[in-house]
Amino acid sequence: MNISYIILIPVIPLVVFLLLGIFNRKIKPSVSGYVGVFGLLVSAVLSFYAAFEYFFVLGKVDGVFQTLSEKIVWMNFTDSLHIDMGILVDPISVMMLVVVSTVSLMVHIYSRGYMHGDEGYTKFFAFLSLFTFSMYGLVLATNLFQIYIFWELVGVSSYLLIGYYYTKTSAIAAAKKAFIVTRFADFGFLIGILIIGYYTGTFDFETLNNPEGSAILNWASYSFMGLSALTWALILIFIGGAGKSAMFPLHIWLPDAMEGPTPVSALIHAATMVVAGVFLVARLFPMYYFVDDGFVLQIVAYVGAFSALFAAIIAITQTDIKRVLAFSTMSQLGYMMLGLGVSGFEGHSGVGYMASMFHLFTHAMFKALLFLGAGSVIHAVHSNFLKDMGGLRKYMPITNITFLIAALAIAGVPPLAGFWSKDEILVAAYEHNRLIYYIGVFVAGLTAFYMFRIYFGIFWGKDRLYHHKPKESPLSMTFPLLVLAFLSITVGFIPFSEFVTPDKMGFTAHLNYPLAAIASAVGLIGIATAWVFYKKENQLGDIWANRFGMLYKWTSNKFYFDEIYMFIAKKIFFKRVSEPFAKFDRKYVDGTMVGIGNTTVATSRKIKGLQSGRVQDYAFAFIGGAVIIGLIFIYLWT
Amino acid sequence: MDLSNILLMRFEVILLVVILLLIVGEIFISQAKKDAVIHLSIFLFGLHTAIGFLNLEEGRLFGGMFHTNAMIELFKNILNIGVLILLLQSGDWVKEKIMKNSRGTEFFILLFSSLLGMYFMISSGDFLMFYLGLELSTLPVAALAAYETTKRISSESGIKLILSAAMASGTALMGISFLYATSGSIYFNDIILTVGANNLTLLGFVLFIAGLAFKISLVPFHFWTADVYEGAPIAIASYLSVISKGAAVFILMILLFTVFKPLMEIWDKLLYGIAVATMFLGNLFALRQQNMKRFLAYSSIAQAGFILLGLMIGNQLGAATVMYFVLIYIFSNLAAFGVVQAISLQTGKELMGDYEGLYRTNPNLSLIMMLALFSLAGIPPVAGFFGKFFLFTAAASEGYYFLVFLAVFNVTISLYYYLLVVRAMFLRKSNNAIPYFENKIYMRLGLLIAVIGILVLGIYSPVYEYIYELSANLQ
Repeated sequence: MNISYIILIPVIPLVVFLLLGIFNRKIKPSVSGYVGVFGLLVSAVLSFYAAFEYFFVLGKVDGVFQTLSEKIVWMNFTDSLHIDMGILVDPISVMMLVVVSTVSLMVHIYSRGYMHGDEGYTKFFAFLSLFTFSMYGLVLATNLFQIYIFWELVGVSSYLLIGYYYTKTSAIAAAKKAFIVTRFADFGFLIGILIIGYYTGTFDFETLNNPEGSAILNWASYSFMGLSALTWALILIFIGGAGKSAMFPLHIWLPDAMEGPTPVSALIHAATMVVAGVFLVARLFPMYYFVDDGFVLQIVAYVGAFSALFAAIIAITQTDIKRVLAFSTMSQLGYMMLGLGVSGFEGHSGVGYMASMFHLFTHAMFKALLFLGAGSVIHAVHSNFLKDMGGLRKYMPITNITFLIAALAIAGVPPLAGFWSKDEILVAAYEHNRLIYYIGVFVAGLTAFYMFRIYFGIFWGKDRLYHHKPKESPLSMTFPLLVLAFLSITVGFIPFSEFVTPDKMGFTAHLNYPLAAIASAVGLIGIATAWVFYKKENQLGDIWANRFGMLYKWTSNKFYFDEIYMFIAKKIFFKRVSEPFAKFDRKYVDGTMVGIGNTTVATSRKIKGLQSGRVQDYAFAFIGGAVIIGLIFIYLWT
Repeated sequence: MDLSNILLMRFEVILLVVILLLIVGEIFISQAKKDAVIHLSIFLFGLHTAIGFLNLEEGRLFGGMFHTNAMIELFKNILNIGVLILLLQSGDWVKEKIMKNSRGTEFFILLFSSLLGMYFMISSGDFLMFYLGLELSTLPVAALAAYETTKRISSESGIKLILSAAMASGTALMGISFLYATSGSIYFNDIILTVGANNLTLLGFVLFIAGLAFKISLVPFHFWTADVYEGAPIAIASYLSVISKGAAVFILMILLFTVFKPLMEIWDKLLYGIAVATMFLGNLFALRQQNMKRFLAYSSIAQAGFILLGLMIGNQLGAATVMYFVLIYIFSNLAAFGVVQAISLQTGKELMGDYEGLYRTNPNLSLIMMLALFSLAGIPPVAGFFGKFFLFTAAASEGYYFLVFLAVFNVTISLYYYLLVVRAMFLRKSNNAIPYFENKIYMRLGLLIAVIGILVLGIYSPVYEYIYELSANLQ
């Protein structure tokens, strides 16, 4: 299979971005919308064709899906280490191409309606294209260096898009928070890359992931503080992934990121960018599995399980529907991570990996649908809050039905998409670690509960005092909803295990009926509970909230996590470290200026003023510094 | 000495001729046509820069006091490019603010003299030549810092610079005499053979390094930086932060990697401590700055801390990554200073708060500033990212993980304050935003070259590979 044409998939959005960016003011908004959608349509068609060709035309060679790559040596960094650029085609990158294309295309179409009349319309489409380009680049990267570049680029585009409503101070704060928190995680990633580069002498995924390659065979050669150097590297890389995928405790940016326009939330913070962390672990899965006998995978599993639980609990109490969805995303990402964490490598034992990717795929569809549906509702009632919504099923039938489908899918009701992928994750957990399995089942119940809490809250119950009668959104917005709803029903039937497995050989998955029944039952119990609490308006919710007073308060304040961060950042870092420094600067450094300002222009008097001023201090620091360093130096030598 | 050997000093000779031409020109060009001096200076210097890229042989002159090779030429070319950009960016300033007072030519003469000093410093083969170069490179800048005679803080800046510089060169000179006392020679080649474990040598070495650390603004020799930058004309602050610092890094690298190589086991520990202190102090101070010049001053201190990471390694990889980083740093910082210069020239505004809403009125300037700051912060795909990444890779390859960890942490802090400016420009609305203005042709050209550098240097890999190849000369 000739893969050269795949390079066009990322290049087209890049060209669109440049066009819209350069001719920002000269293009009519209506035109820029069409340019954006058309460009992405071409990319999407190419992606689907690539998937078709890869899985069905090329298919398995000798029973294995091949890893194809095309790369050029971009730079000879030292005589032995070179850095490549190129594209890598294997089952997960093809799958990701399909996910990114589908969701991005739908979001592009949807945005034409949603952002209609916005003054930054062209800019918005330019940023969307930039993001899509970066995301394609990320999934196609052939080596760690390349993936890191695109990793940061998606961060930048996310920053720009979250802060899109730049007149809102909260949006600006959220954009910065997202960028900086993920950057903190990225510095783990960066150091991890450097360690791997040094110990293995390569950044290349194919070389690193080869189970018979030297990177994996010699993992134990270097140790550092009780673990092998590569184990540390993989932990650090996982930290990077955890930052992007909003794993506890690096999740704090995700709920705030909801300040961005809703289509952005759907694309970036639900379906694509946030799964980059999961993708990264999957990309390096052979390393994670073989190095230190999967030690790091255990960390991945527990962090994933805990995040899934933690986020689901918080989601129950949020009143802003986008925030509910944000925590729900975090929870589902936790699911994917735990799926990877409990996975084996060969044959059927790789079910966790397969299920994780499967869930990534299905989740992208129904979570994007949920967000776009929420956007449609917000568009109609001009509020994010549940208290301003109710009884909308009469006014917005399409949104109602599609949202219901998505909610059923995420709740794991058969035969919708979420059921199949979630079930496989639970099967993997059950076979590997019972504790994690029980957490998973419990989270499944919670998920169904909070999702139907908002579903009933939005579409059922009494009408609110609407300023004007809510009406169904235009076709450009409902069309993507319908497409995604169709996908949310159907994609579960794809025999994923035939295509995406860690050993790339595929296997036939069978439904584990007892486990599937338990999972579905728990989901239905969650829905039923929500029905009792929220279907009709009653006081039950409030009564229970009062009964669990303290607990409810803690949960609705997200366990005071932001406060703890702020305390550390503001009180300790700014107050204790940065402020004294600034004070010192103001008092002594600036003070000199003011003191001197009072003297005359005459240079002679200047010198006098300066000599009684602080240059002495500088001189003291200079000589003192030199002498102290000299002493240390001599001491060290002798 | 064969007369053709003088060609080895091509850089120095041509620049000297340019300086002399300007002095003569000063006499003959009438007051009314004073602008011609600017065009002449830029033209001649552009020519000089171009000639610098012609092939040149290696060699020594004056019994080894002066030497040159392909890598040293590269250093000089890098400095030339920086100065050329700087001239383009400051031409309008000279015309509008200085020429009015019937001065102007001396700006170019002094600037070129300082650069000449740097050439000699980099090419020096012994401490005498080095010291002469050091002084020649500093003194004219002090005069230039005090150049805006109508402004009080400009004079103050000049005085502070000259006092601090006198201190620094005094210290360095003392260090040199200690080294002479123990080795009996001022020639680098002799000292390499004799340098070793004795207290006087070590003390001499440290005092000497302190003199250079002053020019690079390393903690605790950095105190003058912010005061001087704030008071000095922007062109000079920019010169100090980019050209002067770059030249000092180059000569420090040459000395550490050759003359003081036997002491490496010790000086890498010294640099370790200074690097950590410099990164943290620079960043923490930068967090709260409101004046753009002070802000860039502290940011440049922090950047100097990163450079030390590469110097510590002491091998070819270290040299290559340091040079590459400095090259990128020159372009990025010049772009940032250029924007500050343009705005200050048009409106006299230099505070971060004045930049609010700049994107709506002056989108191009805002974008240039954003690129420059992203490059300084190390965000891909602009060049600054590659500079930092390679520097860190080099440090990690020698096992300095903890230091890399601290450095990356500092990059994250720095991102915060660089974003403050980006936020002010793009994400804030302001009623009295700086109104739209057009830049003159020279300023545009100066900014354009800087931006091209930022965009291309990272992605176009032959640049790095060329530098890497040349740095083998340092072994």
